[in-house]
Amino acid sequence: MPKDSGIGASPKRREDVRFLSGTGNYTDDIQVTGQAYVHFLRSDVAHAKINGLNLDAASAMPGVVKIFTGADFEGVGGIPCGWQVTDRHGEPMQEPAHPVLAQGKVRYVGDQIAAVVAETLEQARDAAEAIEVDLEELPAVVDMKAALAEGATKVHDDLTSNLCYDWGFVEENKPAVDAAFEAAAHVTTLELRNNRLVANPMEPRVAIGDFNRATGESTLYTTSQNPHVIRLLMGAFVLGIPEHKLRVVAPDVGGGFGTKIFHYAEEAFCTFAAKALNRPVKWTSTRSEAFISDAHGRDHVTKIELALDADNNFTALRTDTYANMGAYLSTFAPSVPTWLHGTLMAGNYKTPLIYVNVKAVFTNTVPVDAYRGAGRPEATYQLERVIDKAARELGVDPIALRRQNFITEFPYATPVAVEYDTGDYHGTMDALEKMADLSGFEARRKESEARGKLRGFGVNCYIEACGIAPSNLVGQLGARAGLYESATVRVNATGGIVVMTGSHSHGQGHETSFPQVIAEMIGIDESMVEIEHGDTANTPMGMGTYGSRSIAVGGSAMVRATEKIIAKAKKIAAHLMEAAEADIELKDGAFSVAGTDKSVAWGDVTLAAYVPHNYPLEDIEPGLEETAFYDPANFTYPSGAYACEVEVDPDTGKVTIEAFNAADDFGNIINPMIVDGQVHGGIGQGIGQALLENAAYDENGQLLSASYMDYAMPRASDVPFYGVDHSSQTPCTHNPLGVKGCGEAGAIGSPPAVVNAVVDALRSGGHDIHHIDMPVSPSRVWQAMNG
Amino acid sequence: MYNFDFEKPSTIADAVSALGTEDAQALGGGQTLLPTMKQRLASPSKLVSLKGIAEMQGICTGDDGALCIGGATTHADVAAGAGAYAGLAGLAAGIGDPAVRARGTIGGSLANNDPAACYPAGALASGATIVTNAREIAADDYFQGMFTTALDEGEIITEVRFPVPEASNYQKFEQPASRFALVGVFVAKFADGVRVAVTGASEDGVFRWSEAEAALSGNFSADAIVDMAPGADGMISDLHGTAAYRAHLVGVLTRRAVAAALSLPT
Repeated sequence: MPKDSGIGASPKRREDVRFLSGTGNYTDDIQVTGQAYVHFLRSDVAHAKINGLNLDAASAMPGVVKIFTGADFEGVGGIPCGWQVTDRHGEPMQEPAHPVLAQGKVRYVGDQIAAVVAETLEQARDAAEAIEVDLEELPAVVDMKAALAEGATKVHDDLTSNLCYDWGFVEENKPAVDAAFEAAAHVTTLELRNNRLVANPMEPRVAIGDFNRATGESTLYTTSQNPHVIRLLMGAFVLGIPEHKLRVVAPDVGGGFGTKIFHYAEEAFCTFAAKALNRPVKWTSTRSEAFISDAHGRDHVTKIELALDADNNFTALRTDTYANMGAYLSTFAPSVPTWLHGTLMAGNYKTPLIYVNVKAVFTNTVPVDAYRGAGRPEATYQLERVIDKAARELGVDPIALRRQNFITEFPYATPVAVEYDTGDYHGTMDALEKMADLSGFEARRKESEARGKLRGFGVNCYIEACGIAPSNLVGQLGARAGLYESATVRVNATGGIVVMTGSHSHGQGHETSFPQVIAEMIGIDESMVEIEHGDTANTPMGMGTYGSRSIAVGGSAMVRATEKIIAKAKKIAAHLMEAAEADIELKDGAFSVAGTDKSVAWGDVTLAAYVPHNYPLEDIEPGLEETAFYDPANFTYPSGAYACEVEVDPDTGKVTIEAFNAADDFGNIINPMIVDGQVHGGIGQGIGQALLENAAYDENGQLLSASYMDYAMPRASDVPFYGVDHSSQTPCTHNPLGVKGCGEAGAIGSPPAVVNAVVDALRSGGHDIHHIDMPVSPSRVWQAMNG
Repeated sequence: MYNFDFEKPSTIADAVSALGTEDAQALGGGQTLLPTMKQRLASPSKLVSLKGIAEMQGICTGDDGALCIGGATTHADVAAGAGAYAGLAGLAAGIGDPAVRARGTIGGSLANNDPAACYPAGALASGATIVTNAREIAADDYFQGMFTTALDEGEIITEVRFPVPEASNYQKFEQPASRFALVGVFVAKFADGVRVAVTGASEDGVFRWSEAEAALSGNFSADAIVDMAPGADGMISDLHGTAAYRAHLVGVLTRRAVAAALSLPT
């Protein structure tokens, strides 16, 4: 019987009542009395010197409060980067200055030249058009390899080149890896591109800066996945505001997918301008603006080589990746192609020797940073594509080749510096094979062929490192932040509970799933627990939500705080029942004395804590409120096996997804319905990347797909009904809930399955094709079939 | 969006008069014009809505059997009400999405003549007559290249008359992002011959594929145009498909349209 409450139950998402009825409180819903509006004048060329700005006419336009330029930000800090990567030679990465408003140069289409603050948004836009900008256009560097060529135009004049870093991992292993390739019985090589994506959360970014002259306090309302991180980065590094004078509020947020992790110039601008003007300043991104100002994702160009012995065992893996950073380093950009990518190159396989080289490159394009999966989809895609190619070259079954090389013993230390605690890769593959009805595939293929269509089956596995992350470890790897999480559990006098979590929900359903954990621990109804998040004024310092970390790290902090609550409550109960503390048991919301019929209800104990007339005041304080910070001992390692079945129309090249099945091992699961939804959404985004989405630049640095007219988002009709299975559960061994996280899996695991299936379909039609780059659009498929 | 004046006349004469102002612009359903204005890429001094003109609404059958569609008739109304010409109703039913079809009008679409729009293919293949406040224009004379038509400044499409063919079908291959036609082909078989019009493909906008028309007029079957495709010269090449791909799709979609026309009622 499925449970109807607590851990493992699937209560409906309580937050959906407000989201679906138009009663949410998004940042753009917030109107601060007296607010002015800012419009950013953005560069429409990719690279240029700013020879001059004439603001005279614009400043005289109706409603203009003030026009800010880079000159107003001299002496103000730049937008900081939160991760420093050390290169192959032990040198730190090249880290360019990142001004709030452009100083002297613009470096991508979308770069902020000036900010017009006016009484209305339309007045600000009108005035921005009246600014006379004298730009001296410079050659743009767009292609990464061209950017690294001798004599290439530099994006940043003060850097030695466009190379941010040349990273080798594990550098000491390189000679052994090369030797293994020399000795290999078979080597499979594949060159591919992981296409650049625009995150496209439903809610565009918004920022409102406010300043209280009486208290000297600044407030920033912003669409963020991590308000405390923004408070620290912006306060300490950009504007010099101490935390106690800066409040950051991220209320309801309509999707993040990574692109709302980062600290953006618009946030710093609004906070700065509110103080400078002594009035609130609001910015709401348009969708068009989002395309050229939200950090993009992916954009890797990779050559991967897999070495196998005569028995088809993987003996070594070698990869060579160019990773696009864009024009500036976004907050966590350097970590994505390195520590979130190289460490996952072992995948689910016991390949003993691995070497990963990554060259991060500056180009005149929008900055690139983490997007759902961040590094792990790039790793999974290349690995699972090259394995498929190897299977075809060797004439062996792709599933059998994978199974033969699976890691089966845990814990397992990979040659790329991480240790998997648990997993059952055969288990998820067994579940997948059953779900996907592999044995019926040939009949389905024949049926498709009878209709003139080519049918293909593609499978892949994935592993990801989630629950980010042990602070001491990431500190050694270059992170300029800790990655613990926090929770304060406040029990009210009559027994209700408010949890103030450092995690942030922007669609994940924490307000529903987190109370399930507390309800289970205490034995009370979930409706007695509320979750608060998103306001630095009432939540403990926390690191926010990304990297599938909320339940694994934030949930663990909440468990630790709740354990403290229970321990104290037992002391109070022992006092009330005049029994020994060791004999107190908590079950179904009541404390009892073991072996007796004595008991007190949860509410009696909580009331005693706040009305301490009969209370052990000599031993414990009144009140029932505890805070815990949880720093994980390791990453968590969700894993799974995915299968996609496609049909290709050979006349047009159009690919349709006929079936998609996903078997995941997320460890223990709090709310299976929410987990299903996370997997569905992730696969939808993965199918979007595989078939549709493409942020394409021309050679001048103009974004060709800068609106929904050319940027193809997946729609309901592009995706099938999914088969989802998470019956294979190997609990995480190092967090109290045994959970692994599920937010990114779908986006990580699905693109290779789709492309593997398309290649399989085309090969069944006699086309000798091993690869098509994503997005596998009709025209690319037709091109591949027709030379 | 810049400021503009707005008028909603109830007669064609008043609309023509209102459009006499410099930089005034007729507004049909606004499905192209309004987003363009919001982007500040168009700045008419005045919008003259044609939605209030009763005589420009609706569908009827003329004495000669032609289907007469008022210029301000929405795609949704054509989809629902042009049953006498199923090929055209099918075309209208596939434009955009329900919200677009509820607002967008046939006159607006033809006046804009987007090179990837559906209606130009339907009108040209049907040999329709574009009726304006001033004259009647044959479809063959009306379309003059991307976003270019025979309309004069301030001239309003009041009605479009479609001869109803014996068999017809429209096939659209959607551009993945916009879902406009990457290539769209309308095939119409009349007693005196077959007309094939292609949208989405050419740098010159909608065009008639005369080679296929000749072959199909002799033998109205997909077999008559097996392996046939127009040349790639002059075809659009962009992010979503090369010129060669578009030329290839013209052949594929024409064959599909013929096959569908033969298996479906007019």
